[in-house]
Amino acid sequence: MFGKLSWSAVPFDQPIPLVAGGVVLVVILAVLVWVVVAGHLPYLWREWITSVDHKRIGVMYTLLACVMLLRGFSDAIMMRAQQAVAFHSNGFLPPEHYNQIFSAHGTIMIFFVAMPFVIGLMNLVVPLQLGVRDVAFPTLNSVGFWLTATGALLVNVSLVVGEFARTGWLPYPPLSEVTYSPGVGVDYYLWSLQISGLGTLVAGINLVTTVLKIRTRGMSYMRMPMFCWTTLASNLLIIAAFPILTATLAMLILDRYLGFHFFTNEAGGNMMMFMNLIWAWGHPEVYILVLPAFGIFSEVVSTFSGKPLFGYRSMVLATMAICVISFMVWLHHFFTMGAGPDVNAIFGIASMIIAVPTGVKIYNWLFTMFAGRIRFTTPMMWSIGFMVTFILGGLTGVLVAVPPADFLLHNSLFLVAHFHNVIIGGVLFGAFAGYTYWFPKAFGFRLHEGWGKAAFWCWLIGFYVAFMPLYAVGFLGMTRRMQHYDVAAWKPWLDIASVGAGLILAGIICQIVQLVVSIRDREELRDVTGDPWDGRSLEWSTASPPPVFNFAIMPNVTGEDAYWAMKRRTWKEGAGKEPSYDPIDMPRNSPTGFVCAFFATVMGFAMIWHIWWMVIAALIGAYATFVVFAWRDHDEYEIPAEEVARLDRANIAARRGLVTAAGSA
Amino acid sequence: MSVVAVAHGPDLRLIGLEDAGHEGPASKRIITGYGFWIFLLSDIVMFSCFFAAYAVLLGQTAGGPSGAELFNLRNVAIETAFLLLSSFACGMASVAAEIRNHFWFQIAMAVTCLLGLGFLAIEFREFADLVARGAGPSRSAFLSAFFTLVGCHGAHVSLGTLWLLTMMAQVFAKGFRADIQRRFLCFALFWHALDIIWVAIFSVVYLLGSAA
Repeated sequence: MFGKLSWSAVPFDQPIPLVAGGVVLVVILAVLVWVVVAGHLPYLWREWITSVDHKRIGVMYTLLACVMLLRGFSDAIMMRAQQAVAFHSNGFLPPEHYNQIFSAHGTIMIFFVAMPFVIGLMNLVVPLQLGVRDVAFPTLNSVGFWLTATGALLVNVSLVVGEFARTGWLPYPPLSEVTYSPGVGVDYYLWSLQISGLGTLVAGINLVTTVLKIRTRGMSYMRMPMFCWTTLASNLLIIAAFPILTATLAMLILDRYLGFHFFTNEAGGNMMMFMNLIWAWGHPEVYILVLPAFGIFSEVVSTFSGKPLFGYRSMVLATMAICVISFMVWLHHFFTMGAGPDVNAIFGIASMIIAVPTGVKIYNWLFTMFAGRIRFTTPMMWSIGFMVTFILGGLTGVLVAVPPADFLLHNSLFLVAHFHNVIIGGVLFGAFAGYTYWFPKAFGFRLHEGWGKAAFWCWLIGFYVAFMPLYAVGFLGMTRRMQHYDVAAWKPWLDIASVGAGLILAGIICQIVQLVVSIRDREELRDVTGDPWDGRSLEWSTASPPPVFNFAIMPNVTGEDAYWAMKRRTWKEGAGKEPSYDPIDMPRNSPTGFVCAFFATVMGFAMIWHIWWMVIAALIGAYATFVVFAWRDHDEYEIPAEEVARLDRANIAARRGLVTAAGSA
Repeated sequence: MSVVAVAHGPDLRLIGLEDAGHEGPASKRIITGYGFWIFLLSDIVMFSCFFAAYAVLLGQTAGGPSGAELFNLRNVAIETAFLLLSSFACGMASVAAEIRNHFWFQIAMAVTCLLGLGFLAIEFREFADLVARGAGPSRSAFLSAFFTLVGCHGAHVSLGTLWLLTMMAQVFAKGFRADIQRRFLCFALFWHALDIIWVAIFSVVYLLGSAA
């Protein structure tokens, strides 16, 4: 009846996951009870869960990322603590649990923190920057988000029902084959990533179509803000790379479920094919993450230096060059496989070449700041912290791109330090910069600056204290994923690293306090003008938060930095005549995404536990959901012209003082 | 400093990047078709992984049968005929949808469906026969890759058939509404794309495999 599922799946004998899971469950239940008792449920259902508004979906993606950051970080701090005490001892985490923790940490941080964070920001901002009213496929957007949430849910369910993979964040065969990993851990990994990967693909298709086909009048490609360009590049990579992940994981699923021989030791399977396939997705994936961050830094640096972005065209070229070259370097993840010196040399050189367009970007940001009037706000601090940190991470990257050096450093903690250096210093700092920069656009009030800067310093110093020692122990020969060790020379470095993790924890606490304080003081931090930073692109030309239709009149763009040009024109020529407003059609909300994700969750869970009737039931349910959606007769509603006019007049009135102030400055 | 007048050279105009007369968002039909094309491209990327895996594992028969011993080209020729004819019928359905003729639309779709089902029946028989001869997907890595690649195409045809029947019911119930026309455009693209994949399977798997 319930396949492999029984009460023995719940780890009653392991206090750590049980207590952690219990606490999370209690918190979730408490929030649910509060939502229902306080009567917020209808509001949540109407305005958020069924929303197809790109801004709401963007906020939900970001919220998911922030919550999962807490989960991923608690794994991180447990690992640092374990390695700090596990010298000549077993520490406090038994090996099978420790292995699950490092696997879950990587999986969660990449798929459920970094990905939803950047996709959330792209969703929120890109249609606003393009001067349009929504993305190409609003309902599909909601489906994509909820499928991502399904994946995150399944990973967390594995904490208390069954186990998670013990194979590392990429399940290398033959360890991940059913012979060596007979439990459900790898299955949890596979199904949560298949489902959330589908969600990511949907988001990618949506955003590429949006950027290429839905731009306001006059918004030619070479007038798009840099964030739109990096969004385009990143989502092109999603479309080209995520199907590879889907295919690769499907092959592993077939191996595990139906006894196929893609990656097995027996019957001619080829496990090195897995390394090739997974990294043909995996290397573009890091650029999928970091390119949007580059876009965020471009926006932030330009805005807070009060200058247009230096070398816009070279920046576009560098972005697209990275987009292409990122597909030609995957083999540097396994130089030690023994493909031979010629192959290794080619991939080593390609890996070094990709540093060139990245270097172009760094110089462009520096020259944008040069002779600018720099305002050291929190987003700008993250950007400068990024430039310093990322250069260091890039340099260690060029070092491991040299095959002979890589043979020494492969799978050592040096490598761990390198990729944390670029992912924290690049992606995460970028996500935090974007979060602070666009928060007032999403919610209508700014985040508290003092707490934001405190969080920045804790994170920055914490990062260096946590990861510089890992470079050192990497040189001392320490490999990654060690549950215990007996080399005395490593111990002091690992102690320092755990202090760094503590500092990062302080940074996270500062961020939570910042959010609470900002919500409490929201009236003082209110952004009444819609343009709190004296911005340059179109998202700042509408109110904060924007009306559901974004723009009452679709803007007509005449050059780069469209909103900056509008402000200057208005200052010189005064506000023009009031335009005539037309009614606007907007897509209706739909529970399709949420219902689909419900069935996807059931399907994934049933697959993991081999409950076949439930799989079939869930598939029928998902199909029925699509048919019901396809059968509806009204997919849009009209906002009357008077309502549009009322909202737009309020926006223009709020801005009048701002334009005058900018003119006198 | 003039922000607006950053030089826009004619070079960019030539390659279509600089389109100062950009007229704003495209029509819904173009947006839908374009988005679906991108989905199809991603689907083709997925298939290309299965092709790559097949190419890598082609010789890994683990002492079991190879393609030359298993493939029946006559069967495959019939399958190909079924699939290509169904694509033709699907094209007829597109024409009928264009002129909003219910009768011919349903006829053409029914023919498309029957030909698709015929294709699936032959493929199913081929698979069942292989399994019965002890050449199932778990026999060797080569057969794993073969069953996955061809089976993935078959799964697409099956899903396409379900979609096709749903479209027939929808046009019957709701008529040729604009959104249904857009959906049908996507279906037609999907059905034709499966032909493209089949041409590759036919050449790479069956023709090359029988020669070896």
